[in-house]
Amino acid sequence: MNPIPTSYFVALSAILFTLGVTGVLVRRNAIIIFMSVELMLNSANLVFVAFARQFVDLSGQVFVFFVMTVAAAEVAVGLALIVAIFRNKQSINVDEINQLKG
Amino acid sequence: MTPELILFFLLALIAIGSAIGMLLSRNAIHSALWLVLNFAVGSVFFLILGAPFIAMVQVTVYAGAIMVLFLFVIMLLGAEVLRQDSRVLPWQRPLAFVLGTIFLGAVLAFIFLAWGGGPLPIALVDDALRKFGSPQNIGKVLFGKYLLPFELTSLLLLVAMIGAVVLVKDEKKISNSKSQTSK
Repeated sequence: MNPIPTSYFVALSAILFTLGVTGVLVRRNAIIIFMSVELMLNSANLVFVAFARQFVDLSGQVFVFFVMTVAAAEVAVGLALIVAIFRNKQSINVDEINQLKG
Repeated sequence: MTPELILFFLLALIAIGSAIGMLLSRNAIHSALWLVLNFAVGSVFFLILGAPFIAMVQVTVYAGAIMVLFLFVIMLLGAEVLRQDSRVLPWQRPLAFVLGTIFLGAVLAFIFLAWGGGPLPIALVDDALRKFGSPQNIGKVLFGKYLLPFELTSLLLLVAMIGAVVLVKDEKKISNSKSQTSK
């Protein structure tokens, strides 16, 4: 039984987080941006659970529980926002949502 | 190269590949499906890390509820086919790739060179630790030490539900009915 070193999980989480950030910055479809944010949250969850195992402390896993709850609430409200915006503008291309521009 | 390490690298490859597939898909439904695969692999990672309850919660809540909500909205809005990139800056994508690689290189250098990983984690095989991530133990911590945040998340979910309902209400119908009753 050879446990995998924690640094491997942290590195994997860093790679997934960077991919999520790239997705948020480069894509213009609001739903894909939202999914990239979920990817970032998921990578943070991975780090939490990895450190929970390293320090044999369940607080990491409980925090993942809270992160998932907050992510669910955020997705509900965010998708409602996207639906409301789509109703007004018929588009979810974030380049076209610029009515607050001075 | 222990079997655990081989399994880890295989799963990590699938996770990174599905994340890249999500980013590069032109069709939003394909992106959502790639993300579901990523969450499923994440769930397997949680199982490897001795968190069976969190693994099941990931499959149920993340892949089962949140991604289904995403797919509903994508199909509702008809957003699956993205329009042609009209005013895309040509240097944006290569620059994003280069900067992302530099950032990732810096973070990985820190992880493996400066930090080193700390002490190796102990294998969770003896009797006390075999039930490490079990629902009973998580319940003890969740309802003991973290009771207040738990109650606050219930309030957060209520607020989110109310917010979602308010945001999607049709305002034209309400203002029409108000103007009719005032006449």
